[in-house]
Amino acid sequence: MILTPTAAAIWRYRGFIAGSVKREFQARYRGSMLGSVWTVLNPLAMIAVYTVIFSRLMQARLPGVDSTFAYSIYLCAGIITWGFFTEIVTRAQNVFLDNANLIKKLSFPRICLPVVVVLSATVNFAIVFALFTAFLVASGNFPGTVFVAIFPVLVVQVAFAIGLGVILGVLNVFFRDVGQFFAIVLQFWFWLTPIVYSVTVLPERLRSLVAWNPMASLVAAYQSILVSRQWPQWGSLLPAVVASLALCLLAVRLFQKRSGEMVDEL
Amino acid sequence: MGTIRVAGLGKAYKQYPTRWSRLAEWMLPFLPPRHKRHWVLRDVSFSVQPGEAVGIVGDNGAGKSTLLKLIAGTTQPTEGEVAVAGRVAALLELGMGFHPEFTGRQNAFMAAQLLGLQPGEIETLMPQIERFAEIGEYVDQPVRVYSSGMMVRLAFSVATARRPDVLIVDEALAVGDAYFQHKSLDRIRQLRDEGTTLLLVSHDRSAIHSICGRALLLDAGRAVKEGTPEEVMDYYNALVAERETRTVRQHALDGGKVQTVSGTGEATIADVALLDEHGARVQDVQVGRPVALLIDVQVREDLPELVVGYVIRDRLGQQVYGTNTHHLERPLERIAKGERIRLRFGFDANLGAGSYSVSVALHTGATHVTRNFEWRDLAMIFRVTAPPAGKFVGLAWLPPQLEIQR
Repeated sequence: MILTPTAAAIWRYRGFIAGSVKREFQARYRGSMLGSVWTVLNPLAMIAVYTVIFSRLMQARLPGVDSTFAYSIYLCAGIITWGFFTEIVTRAQNVFLDNANLIKKLSFPRICLPVVVVLSATVNFAIVFALFTAFLVASGNFPGTVFVAIFPVLVVQVAFAIGLGVILGVLNVFFRDVGQFFAIVLQFWFWLTPIVYSVTVLPERLRSLVAWNPMASLVAAYQSILVSRQWPQWGSLLPAVVASLALCLLAVRLFQKRSGEMVDEL
Repeated sequence: MGTIRVAGLGKAYKQYPTRWSRLAEWMLPFLPPRHKRHWVLRDVSFSVQPGEAVGIVGDNGAGKSTLLKLIAGTTQPTEGEVAVAGRVAALLELGMGFHPEFTGRQNAFMAAQLLGLQPGEIETLMPQIERFAEIGEYVDQPVRVYSSGMMVRLAFSVATARRPDVLIVDEALAVGDAYFQHKSLDRIRQLRDEGTTLLLVSHDRSAIHSICGRALLLDAGRAVKEGTPEEVMDYYNALVAERETRTVRQHALDGGKVQTVSGTGEATIADVALLDEHGARVQDVQVGRPVALLIDVQVREDLPELVVGYVIRDRLGQQVYGTNTHHLERPLERIAKGERIRLRFGFDANLGAGSYSVSVALHTGATHVTRNFEWRDLAMIFRVTAPPAGKFVGLAWLPPQLEIQR
């Protein structure tokens, strides 16, 4: 009912959306001599650092897995996907403020802006993740058919991130403290999610608490696919799916109710 | 086709006493609202038919831009409704949200996409956009090096690249140079003739006159006057002069014209007449003949200073010639109550054939805005008739000395 006109509007402005994604990508490296080479160099450095430091220098081992690269893969699986999540949320929470100029002067479907955020973050993530996958293949750690399970988990994560991001984005227009506050929340959230450490190091009581963190179950799914090469436990993702749907629904409601008033505050 | 219908339109901004009140209002929706409404536009109703051009005039802060934004759909109305049919292109303020780091071409592309054009279509229109903007090689330079005039040239070219059903222009053109203003006004006129509905905000009297068939005056958020551009602009001028006292009067003259009179009345215009070379009152003069404009002033209070001025206007209300005793360096000082002053401005009627009106003003200082004793539009009307030989066109009589060598 509400989705059909929205989808139609997005389709009509597909040229603008595609153009914006392209321009954002170009804008990032505008003025640099190496240009888009930096897109590749940055994640490459990250993977190299984690691999060298943790598997060679610190000889870090993951409990229960016997592989030199296990901990670096564990780390990358969590950090790359967490980075994807934070990019969508932090960009979406500022998307209306950053595009105030456009919103105030031109009449176009505002819903295109979060779509641009998602697509542009996806492009960045795809580059990093492709490099990571290449590293997995090269080092003989590619998990095989289990790999396809990554994609449905990513879909849930994107829905969760953009739902949350748009809610924060709308609130941020009216209460600018939201953006500041959420930057702090993200710090805590990162360390409350088993990305750097393994969930097994936590005491039992805390472990059941972590289960309530939707990001923890999503990251755990990536780690299970990429490190232990096992299908994720689909049941554990249920809270994340429910949370994503609820956030997206709330985001649409909030956006529709406040988008008119929003222009007056920009 | 493009039509605009605005009914009972109003826009109010919410004002909260403190930063926390909005949060309180959101969290406790069952309590009475904590905000006050600040109305910037109220009770505005009008409609524009396809191919019609309407000018909107008024002071800064009168609500013109808000009205345009409501019609363009960038802002939501608080009350009333706006219905716009057809594809809308709006030039609100400068630059259409151009991104400073990207080139003019890239920005033009994006702006066109935001108008709902598809990439293929834009590719075909791009040469035409470049040609019209006439910014040369700058089109491939980042927009941050542009002058504001170049920005307007590009924005205007994009907005009008494909004929919109409704074109909304908000003073943007004032930034361009005279050449581009001319060019864009021509384009606007052409679009209007092709059926585009036009809404124009401008402080340029002649732009409103030459393009719009109708005008709307906004004052403090309300539509106070609607009518022909001439009538509305005269009323607006008088309103400007009358900021303090607000004693503007308009009344219909014979022949449907509306005369606007304003002023505080310390001195009044007793008589205005056009005299021919023999001193007889005339209403028809022949091109190039010597005439005199006679203005009688009745002084009703002691005045340290008085300036008497007049403007001759053509039938569209455009100023053809105007001056006053201040500019002529013939000051009138220390005038006693009850005095009657007769001024005779002699000149040759070097005007094109047609009908002209004279506005007369009594004030202090260089313009009528300082202190306005009386301002009278259409104080008298006269006709200039063409000479029997040497037909010509135009507003001015500039007879040439022709020499031909062959």
